[in-house]
Formats: sequence, structure tokens, C-alpha cells
Amino acid sequence: MLLAIDFALIIEKLVLIVIVVMASLLIAMYATYGERKIAAILQDRRGPNRAGPFGILQPVADGLKLFFKEEIIPDFSSKFLFILGPSLAMMTAIMTSAVVPWGGKVHLFDRDISLQIADVNVGILYVFAVVSMGVYGIMIGGWASNNKYSLMGALRAASQIISYELAMGISIIALLMVTGSLSLKEMVVQQQGSLWNICYQPLGFFIFLICAFAECNRAPFDLAEAESELIGGYHTEYSSMKLGFYLFSEYINMFISSVIMSTLYFGGYDIPFVNEALYDQNLMAILGVLVLMAKVICFIFFFMWVRWTIPRFRYDQLMNLGWRILIPLALFNMLVTGALVLLKQNNWHF
Amino acid sequence: MQALTNRIKHVDRRKMNFLERLYLVAIFKGMLITFSHIFKKRPTINYPEKKRPFSPVFRGLHILNRDEEGRENCTACGLCAVACPAEAITMEAAERQTGEENLYREEKYAAKYEINMLRCIFCGLCEEACPKDAIYLSETFAPADYQRKQFIYKKEELLIPHPIEDPEGYKKALGNKVKKETAN
Repeated sequence: MLLAIDFALIIEKLVLIVIVVMASLLIAMYATYGERKIAAILQDRRGPNRAGPFGILQPVADGLKLFFKEEIIPDFSSKFLFILGPSLAMMTAIMTSAVVPWGGKVHLFDRDISLQIADVNVGILYVFAVVSMGVYGIMIGGWASNNKYSLMGALRAASQIISYELAMGISIIALLMVTGSLSLKEMVVQQQGSLWNICYQPLGFFIFLICAFAECNRAPFDLAEAESELIGGYHTEYSSMKLGFYLFSEYINMFISSVIMSTLYFGGYDIPFVNEALYDQNLMAILGVLVLMAKVICFIFFFMWVRWTIPRFRYDQLMNLGWRILIPLALFNMLVTGALVLLKQNNWHF
Repeated sequence: MQALTNRIKHVDRRKMNFLERLYLVAIFKGMLITFSHIFKKRPTINYPEKKRPFSPVFRGLHILNRDEEGRENCTACGLCAVACPAEAITMEAAERQTGEENLYREEKYAAKYEINMLRCIFCGLCEEACPKDAIYLSETFAPADYQRKQFIYKKEELLIPHPIEDPEGYKKALGNKVKKETAN
């Protein structure tokens, strides 16, 4: 029956969506603060400490500043695309969070509420699809600006993401051979019972990590906005909150890719050394979310730590690394994993 | 070839081996270096809340001194203006009238005394030239302002607070001037 729609389910999912989107915005906001603070600490400086205690209100001040800035749309730009660019970047950044399992099940109002917006059985493919859409935001923005630096930045971003997506995809295939599932939830459940996937796929994780840096346009792969060469790259012509959207989407991307990495390789919301089935379900679900967040924060710190350590790659070095090192390495990893999986199915007989 | 000095630095031009070409070791070392900076002491101080002490010979804004009874020391002799290499000081002298003995220490006083803080180079020669201990350089530096004419400091800005009416302000403005005097 069509009328037998479970309204409670719709409400439940809506609430979850609002919470997840708000949370990722909040975390991205404080990632900007964290970035400045970590940069300062790694360089023996103090970082923002004027707005509120320890500068806690700094992201709010930054956001307000961006809102109050004059909005400039260049005369020779195509206005529709110019506005579409940052919107697309922001939208795709947030969309990825839909398939991430944030925790186990919570028992509330006589319902088992799964802390995941959509348990799509091709979850990881969905993530890939949306992440590769993200480059459209950058490309459209760079194209619509009608500025050679923006165009160069956009071209670089596009070629970089295409190059690194290949290696990333191949490293994921090796992981899929181990887990035998495309659903992120299924992967976490598998890791809860046994070792985390990092133990089975260390090389794959390493390749995935490098590619994640490239996909997020983070240093040392931030060629798309290489400020010393391309002024600001694809967002040279952007101002006010449209610029804010681009910068913000970068931080959301960083957050989401940290979540994906934790989920794929580090057990997601799995609490290490604890058998979740033995304790209260709700408590474990909440603890699981917190543990996932702790893992994510470690990854975000790692992102920033790398940014303030390694200088930017040259463009040819970037392409060299992507095509001639990472892709062969990922292929090798896939072959070895495939052989081992086959052998295991054959009970270690040739 | 024979070396003229023994300061030659030999550059290692060996081809990088496989491990070096991976760059991973180098990156790891770099990461350790940046991580170690988390535990380093930061040289920055939180400025307006915390201030570094000035050196005892610091030369800041000028102050026109009074004696213990609150009478102005300056007799408008003009030695400071003569000594000033930047020609920042101008003054006009006036004769003390009867009944003004509690304001000025001697028969002649400076009716107008101006220092152009934009010209002043804070060399302290005026302080050295003064025979009456009437001008000295304090430990505050010139604050920012919006207009150039605000930097021409008049007697109102330069005079030290009255020692009887505002003893705390007087003491504060005097700073370690007292210590310097007693030390000599």
C-alpha cells in the first residue's frame, strides 16, 4: 500500500539529516579555527586568542566578516555559472555525509533508530560519485570567472582529481576484495568482530590517504589554488560568502574524507578492545559516535600537520606521483590482495 | 687541485638510493620536526595583558617635572631647544607675577612649551642639557593618533601630575627616575 508510509521514519531521517548537516558545518567551522591554532603551535606562535576565551569565537567572527564583505561579480563572468560554482562545491561536500554510518542503533520512543541517514548497499560508490562531482564546483567557478588564473587553477584541479581518483578507486577495489561489501555499514560491522581493515590493507590505506589529500585539494597537493603561482587559483575572482563557501567546502571535504578513512580502515564507530554487544545499546551508540569523532579529529590533525610540514609539489611531480607511482602501486596491491583472497578461499592450496 | 683553504664543503652528489627516492623517510623526519615544535616554548607574549619591562635607559615620551611642592621646574632657558638636534622643541618665556610663587619655582617660567613628537628622535639630549632637572624622558612611548597636529605635545600633555593633588599619578609618571637619581 502506498499510503502506509512510515511517517515516524521520515521524521527520524529528517532530524538525522539536520543534525548531520549542522554537525558537519560546525566541525568544518572549528576546523578552520583548529587549522590556525595548529599552524600557530607548529610554528611556535600563539594563533587566534582574542575573540572569546582561547579565541573560541574566532570562526564566528570570520564568518560574519565574510558575510559583511562586498559581493563582487566580475563584469565579463557568466553570472549563473559564477554563482553555481560555490553552491555546487558546498552541496557536494555536504551530500557525502548521507551514507556514513555515524554510530550503531539508538533505542528511542520504542524504535530502533539507526544513526545513518541512508544505508545504501553501494555506499562507497555513492561517495565516489559525489566526491568526483565536487570538482565541478571548482571547474565551473574557475571557468565562469573569465580569468586566466582561475582557469589554470580549475584545469589543474580537474586533472589532479582525475589522476588521483584512479589510484584511489583501485585501492578501494582491493579493500572490497577483503570485505566483500560496498555498504559502509556492513564494513564497520565486519570490523567490529575482527581486526580493523588497516591490518589487512596497509598499502591500500597509504595510497588512499595520499589520494584523499589530493582529492581535498589540501597541501601538498593544493596546486589548484597555489597562491604563489596562481594568485588564488579557481577562487581568485570570488569575494564575500561565495569565497567563504569555497573555503568552507574544503574543510567539509576534509572532515568527510576523514570520516570515510576512519570508516573504511579504522573501524568507523567501533570502540577498540570493547565488545559492544555486552553493554547498554544506547550508551554504546553514543560512545561509538564519540569514538568515531575522536578518530576523525586525529585525521584532521594529521591533514593539518602534513600541510605545515611538506611544501607544495610541482605540477609535473604531482602527475608523476599520480600516474607513475601510485597507480602501479595500487595495481600491485590489488593483484596481491586478489591472489591472497583466492588462496584463502582455496584453503591456502595452490 | 690543491685547496687554498681547508674550508671546502664537499657536496654529496651520489645518486639517491631507492629508500631516499621514496621520500617517505624524509617526509617522516620532517613530520617529527614539526611535531616537536608543539612542545617548544613560544617566544610571543600576549602583548596588551603582559608587557616586557623596558631597559633602564629606555627613552620614551618627555615629561616636564615639578618639585615636591608642585611647582614647575622649567625656567624657559631654552637650553633644551638649543640641544635638540631635531629642532622639535619651542617655548615662550614669561615672568612670574606675585602670587604665582606656588606655581613656578623661579622668576621666569615657560608660558608655552611644545614638543613636536613627529620630529623628536628621542635622543635624550634635552634631558642632558637641562640645568633645572625640568625635562626628562619617561618610559611610555608615543601613542598613535589620527591627526598630525595631535602630535605636537603642549604643556598639558607634558606636565607631570601634581605631587600633592595626585601623588599616585606623580609617582607613576616619575617611574624609576627616582631610582636613577638615588643610584648616582
